[in-house]
Amino acid sequence: MRKFKPLTSALAVVFSVVLTLSFARPALAVLEADLTNNLVAIKADFFGDSITLFGTIPDEGDVIVVVRGPSTDFKMHRKSNVGGIWINTSSMVFEDVPSFYAIASSAPLDDITNSAIRALNGIGVDYIGLDLPSTKASGPVAEAWKQGLLRNLTDLETYQLQHGKIRFLGDSLFRTEFSLPSNVPIGSYDVTIYHLQAGRVVDARTVPLSVAKVGLEAEIYDFAYNQSAYYGVVAVIIALIAGWLGHIVFRR
Amino acid sequence: MQIYLPIAEISIDVFLLFLMGGGVGFLSGIFGVGGGFLMTPLLIFIGIPPAVAVATQSNNIIASSVSGVLAHMQRGNVDFLMGGILTLGGFLGSFLGVLLFKLLRELGQIDLVINLSYVILLGTLGILMSVEGIRAVTKQSRPGGPRKKLHEHHWFHGLPLRMRFRKSRLYISALLPFGIGAMIGVLSAIMGVGGGFVLVPAMIYVLGMPTAVVIGTSLFQVIFVAINITILQSIETQTVDVVLAMILLLGSVIGAQIGTRAGAGLRAEWLRLLLGLLVLSVCIKLFLDLLIPPADIYSLEVLG
Repeated sequence: MRKFKPLTSALAVVFSVVLTLSFARPALAVLEADLTNNLVAIKADFFGDSITLFGTIPDEGDVIVVVRGPSTDFKMHRKSNVGGIWINTSSMVFEDVPSFYAIASSAPLDDITNSAIRALNGIGVDYIGLDLPSTKASGPVAEAWKQGLLRNLTDLETYQLQHGKIRFLGDSLFRTEFSLPSNVPIGSYDVTIYHLQAGRVVDARTVPLSVAKVGLEAEIYDFAYNQSAYYGVVAVIIALIAGWLGHIVFRR
Repeated sequence: MQIYLPIAEISIDVFLLFLMGGGVGFLSGIFGVGGGFLMTPLLIFIGIPPAVAVATQSNNIIASSVSGVLAHMQRGNVDFLMGGILTLGGFLGSFLGVLLFKLLRELGQIDLVINLSYVILLGTLGILMSVEGIRAVTKQSRPGGPRKKLHEHHWFHGLPLRMRFRKSRLYISALLPFGIGAMIGVLSAIMGVGGGFVLVPAMIYVLGMPTAVVIGTSLFQVIFVAINITILQSIETQTVDVVLAMILLLGSVIGAQIGTRAGAGLRAEWLRLLLGLLVLSVCIKLFLDLLIPPADIYSLEVLG
């Protein structure tokens, strides 16, 4: 084994040089994109934000941008009328689906790609795991649950089914914007840019986006979750003092 | 001015929260109820997640109750012995209530139970109090008539462990306030309220306490129940939002002071009638919620 090592390392060096050279050649330029801001900081005055993405494609084609929030589980309830009153009669859990989803494209999705390509790349809410496994529900029942979930998430604005527009500022430079509501889920997001030609994805790139609480907001949150008992005691003490102060101030 | 709430994870107008705290605090000062049964639905209505609304308003209630109790203490309107026994019962009851809450949640019907118990309880109380209030108010306007007894005596007042409650001018079994405290504790844990709105009428109609003492004593007990709930919720669910609580506190402390003053100028009969009507209107609202077809039969709950 040992005597082969110099040979393999030499090969590796040659290979990587070839790779570097091939990327350095302008004719093989790649898709480039980045956000103007990779961190959305949630402070006390936060009430939603917008993120802007710029990018270039090396040659002509269309672009789709998908923003996915960290995965989570959603529990849904369905009400029905029992003896005149509306009560929850069944529930369903959707596991491991994006907590946030938004999409933008340079042209209507149906014009630039087909459903097989979209399914393969997880482009569009029909292809992000919202379909229930047949062990839980199937057919129209599963579809009704899925539509119910989408309606609720759309109302919360954490799913944005209205496709955003991607505008080209020249032949290759493009720009798009997404809005984040004030109830935006916390965590690591993936912003994925797809370059399409003739209906096929020819290149893709993922840019990370972080949504995090900072400063006092973050400290309160950490305190509440990491030292829950102390947090409760502090909350009680604040309330006791506030009540007492209210009495003192108003006695005069 | 919008502010982002770190635990509720949404942003809300500060002045709206302040006004809500003030309004509910005002009512709590007048009627001696914590106001949870009003604040919780209001918070949920403006978009605070229900779990956060329930836990946070219990923290808020501590402040308005402390403020109210201090005002009532100055006028000598708190029966500490009675309040202490009610509190002991309350601790036992809230412990049992937490167990019951868990059981109901496993059965998947906690929402329905909460809603129905509100409707039944508020409905019964509201009707009783309004009828009684109207009767008392109309009777007041006619001068003369036979002098009313201090309070009615029933068999349950004579249970063992009789104690003298000087402030309340009662000589009754201690088991009675203990039992009432325990029942309120169960309700508090299930319904996420301090329980003052049930306690006040129970003290007037079941124990036979004078109305003037009832309000201060009820606030006294509500403080301890609310402290218990705040700490339990912080540990179990991490749903107490101190930023939200502090804004509501500021409003409700001021509101409670004004309310206590306004209440002192009102006749006891009118207080009962007004509280009865208030309770009744919340009941009707909740009942309609059960009857009116929901906008969407599918609703969402985030598991995280």
